[in-house]
Amino acid sequence: MKLASKDLLGIKELTKDEITLVLDTASGFKDVLKRDIKKVPALRGKTAVNLFFEPSTRTKTSFELAEKRLSLDVLNLAVTTSSVVKGESLIDTALNVQALGADFMIIRHSSSGAAHLLSKKVNASVINAGDGVNEHPTQALLDAFTIKEKLGRIEGLKVAIVGDILHSRVAKSNIYLLAKFGVEVRIIGPPTLIPKELESHGVKVFHDMETGLRDVDVVMMLRIQMERQGKGFFPSTLEYFRYWGLTAERLSIADKDAIVMHPGPMNRGIEIASEIADGPRSVILEQVTNGIAVRMAVLYLLAGVRG
Amino acid sequence: MKELLNKQDIDRVLARMAHEILERNKGTGNLCLVGIQRGGVHLAKRLSRKVKEIEGKDVLVGSLDIAFYRDDLNIRKEQPAVRRTEVPCEITDKKVVLVDDVLFTGRSIRAALDALMDFGRPASIQLAVLIDRGHRQLPIKADFVGKNIPTAIDENVEVNLEEEGLEDRVTIE
Repeated sequence: MKLASKDLLGIKELTKDEITLVLDTASGFKDVLKRDIKKVPALRGKTAVNLFFEPSTRTKTSFELAEKRLSLDVLNLAVTTSSVVKGESLIDTALNVQALGADFMIIRHSSSGAAHLLSKKVNASVINAGDGVNEHPTQALLDAFTIKEKLGRIEGLKVAIVGDILHSRVAKSNIYLLAKFGVEVRIIGPPTLIPKELESHGVKVFHDMETGLRDVDVVMMLRIQMERQGKGFFPSTLEYFRYWGLTAERLSIADKDAIVMHPGPMNRGIEIASEIADGPRSVILEQVTNGIAVRMAVLYLLAGVRG
Repeated sequence: MKELLNKQDIDRVLARMAHEILERNKGTGNLCLVGIQRGGVHLAKRLSRKVKEIEGKDVLVGSLDIAFYRDDLNIRKEQPAVRRTEVPCEITDKKVVLVDDVLFTGRSIRAALDALMDFGRPASIQLAVLIDRGHRQLPIKADFVGKNIPTAIDENVEVNLEEEGLEDRVTIE
């Protein structure tokens, strides 16, 4: 089996079988990451260019390591030092990168749809590493991989996604993915941070943790995006923690074997208590490790589509 | 389609190969069997059972997926499926016996050798195959051969094994 498209733009475009293929392939790459020599020659001679038009530490490092471990040649285009600051358009930048011989373009951009636009203009495989408030597909894939690894399955679970859903592309990708696997998705957060049309996607919306977390298998915390909080979505971070922060007491409402996830970077004491973030139920650092394996799988499988 | 080996033939061949492996290596000391996904993995496990019957000793068995090391990734229409690699021991200074079902062009073995080297520096690597059908494209030769079968390049040799839910048999078409 192979992926249908040369690009990974969003989870919305993938079938359940394609997602399963990525997750199964990622298991093979996780084996590679456990070895002394964590590098395979699979994509030797091909080139990946990382186009990050928005700040990122975790995702960018993760993609870069995944690329290097597949023996890709890697080029990082730092936006602050590139021609973009001179006013070159996204498309012009991409066409120039393509002329350099890029096989993969990994793009993060503040505009929703940037990756889609790019994919229509270039022959290279485009991977969306986060576009505006639209999607962040590799994050959802690594979350699914982590859930499957920890709980043995995805189907039939109850998953709570807590926090700023409105601004979260991670939440959107996860909702699309989990819905394809028949998961009961619960969204918990203040009404100001939950988009109105959400319930039509088959998710259940809760405004308090105490009812929302009952019996869930996975608690997925989202980052409160401090840079977007000037508009009064909630009164103060202290108040936010009091109502929607994940504490030991609240976690006890969830299933006794529930795992705690966070895409990072965390705001300790705002959306999650430190003792939980560092506690035995937390799989937050495993998500980071799994991210490399999942991104290797995506690159490997997309290389097969272009042929 | 013609049958080359039936269930009983395969069993006898593997018994002989197990004896040969033990003879060459003077027992099970420092020995490790590594099967190439998928057929080779099943055969490596069967060989280890034969070794146990003969010698009364357990021998380590691992599996190797060579997808990432293939030399045709650029020309294939579809990426090969990725399966688990589980090398059960530190292979440095071990005598490793690579096990595969069919030896043909030798390219899978080349990939497997590269893959193994990334796990360490074995004392030696030997090659055991159930069928050697000829047509080598690389200078590779098996140390232990179940059956040599002269074939035409466009013929297809099929190894069916019970572990895959099929009846044990080797056929040519």
